[in-house]
Amino acid sequence: MFLLPWLIGFFGLTLGPTLASLYLSFTDYDLLTSPRWSGLENYEYAFFHDRRLGNALSVTFTYVLWSVPLKLTVALLLAMVLDRSVRGVAFYRATFYLPSLLGASVAIAVLWRQIFGAQGLVNQMLFLLTGMKGPAWVAHPDYALTTLIVLAIWQFGSPMIIFLAGLRQVPQDLYEAASMDGASGWRQFRKITLPLLAPVIFFNLVFQTIEAFKAFTQAYIVSGGQGGPVDSTLFYSLYLYEEAFANFRMGYASALAWLLLVIIAIFTAIAFATSKYWVYYEDEGR
Amino acid sequence: MADLELRQVVKDFGNLRVIHGIDLKIDHGEFIVFVGPSGCGKSTLLRMIAGLEEISGGDVMIDGQVVNDMPAARRELAMVFQSYALYPHMSVRKNLAFGLETMKVPKPEIERQVKQAADILQINELLDRKPGQLSGGQRQRVAIGRAIVREPRIFLFDEPLSNLDAELRMQMRVEINRLHRRLGSTMVFVTHDQVEAMTLADRIVVLRAGRVEQVGSPLELYNKPDNIFVAGFLGSPRMNFLPGTVDRVEGHRGEILLAGGQRLTTEFSAPPKAGEAVTIGVRPEDLVPVPETDAVLIGEVTIAEQLGGETYVYVTLPDGQSATVEIKGQARVRPGDRLHLAFEDGKFHIFGSDEKVIRRT
Repeated sequence: MFLLPWLIGFFGLTLGPTLASLYLSFTDYDLLTSPRWSGLENYEYAFFHDRRLGNALSVTFTYVLWSVPLKLTVALLLAMVLDRSVRGVAFYRATFYLPSLLGASVAIAVLWRQIFGAQGLVNQMLFLLTGMKGPAWVAHPDYALTTLIVLAIWQFGSPMIIFLAGLRQVPQDLYEAASMDGASGWRQFRKITLPLLAPVIFFNLVFQTIEAFKAFTQAYIVSGGQGGPVDSTLFYSLYLYEEAFANFRMGYASALAWLLLVIIAIFTAIAFATSKYWVYYEDEGR
Repeated sequence: MADLELRQVVKDFGNLRVIHGIDLKIDHGEFIVFVGPSGCGKSTLLRMIAGLEEISGGDVMIDGQVVNDMPAARRELAMVFQSYALYPHMSVRKNLAFGLETMKVPKPEIERQVKQAADILQINELLDRKPGQLSGGQRQRVAIGRAIVREPRIFLFDEPLSNLDAELRMQMRVEINRLHRRLGSTMVFVTHDQVEAMTLADRIVVLRAGRVEQVGSPLELYNKPDNIFVAGFLGSPRMNFLPGTVDRVEGHRGEILLAGGQRLTTEFSAPPKAGEAVTIGVRPEDLVPVPETDAVLIGEVTIAEQLGGETYVYVTLPDGQSATVEIKGQARVRPGDRLHLAFEDGKFHIFGSDEKVIRRT
């Protein structure tokens, strides 16, 4: 009885559309006429004929492979700084978390577009400091994706908070024992902090990878919804969106969505499969 | 030259001074026990020696060298923690080898030393397990093993036995004693348990509120406590304290009037003033039942605890004070019995109103 709202939500809003999209991925559907069964045609097109999809995949992989490790590194470093009891640590914690709250919003993406534009703040600073005239970062095919990666790294807040919680769990006396054992700070970090933090790193890695694969808002806003310039920021989800709502190829978009699911599943599976070699869980006691 | 020397060592936490200028010299091979009630600063002092706690004032010297600013990692000491502090993600073997690997000792040498430590502590079959799979006593051994492997200049123990059950504690006590004899190293051991202090120490340092109350061999402290605190802290059951006043003093001879009306005559080395309030301290085993005519005290039995080998008798004295009497063997006493008591062979202590002992000849 009390589960009812949740059940309605789950079946009506999650499972229903999911199954519907699975069905639609095997059809030709333009929203105006009813879906027409086309078998594996959509998938065949995606695998063998769609040039833009190849590009979208490459953009997305580049984005994931750069933004996730860099973001986690920044998050871990800042978490370690914040883990020391400095004066006003609560203030810094909140401040550092702020970008994550704002980062995913449309407003910030618009702001970034301004900052990194041809006449944007970055270029003005650059001109003032060095006299160089910078490119329009977000409008240049060579830099647009990099700018988006920087924007992603800037949202290190939520993994940072999780890292911070993880660091607090590491017993202080292990560090004391290690320093009695003659271990330097770096060795303590490598031999104690990292292994004991591994479950948290693993969680953040999986979570952030999934998030990065699904990245949409920033690219949509910064590129004006086109994935431009020259498709250099055509993220997978952006391409999917375009196919669905600009070209009205719902069937094909559904197929793309299912492909993304499979890709994410594969990445997650790889992460889980390798985890037994580098993630130590306290409770398994092995 | 002393292995370890403390000179006017002070520790402040913010505005709060927790260690008030401690001086101590520890010779090579000595087993020193810091003992005192919770919050007396014994662990803090140990951590200052270890380098885990900053030194606010004074000097800590190891082998004649001031190490105040030397980080813990470079002091070449080893510490056994109360929580054991084993690295949970490493096998026992790795735990033992960690310090040596840090020092970049060659592999075969590490293996040899790990094996040797494992032999000493009989933990060979545990080497490939993780700490999570060990019992408390086994973890304790590994923690000690980790200290042994490093061949440190000084071993530091921070209440290492307090997480073990009574039987295991006794067993580990014996083993640590044996280890000290075998290695001949300097060891500093912190405990709040006076039995551990008495049984392990070459010398005991009794601490209270950040100050040294007395330093000496266990029996010195037991037989000749400097003050009421040390007298009461060491020994179980606790020493009995009876109020009295100095009644008459003639030369070195003096008479003390107990609150119950009984009189004691004794010789002082430095006699107190007549009329001074004093406390008489007598250990339960030095309070013996005697025939009525020789009685110094008369007590009414409230409880008798039979331990088999000895009997603890709790009595109430006529002035309402209570006292503990330890009788060898199985004494036949019942609640309500009257017990005539005297001090064994003049074995009692007199403390002045400043709680310091007044020496007798």
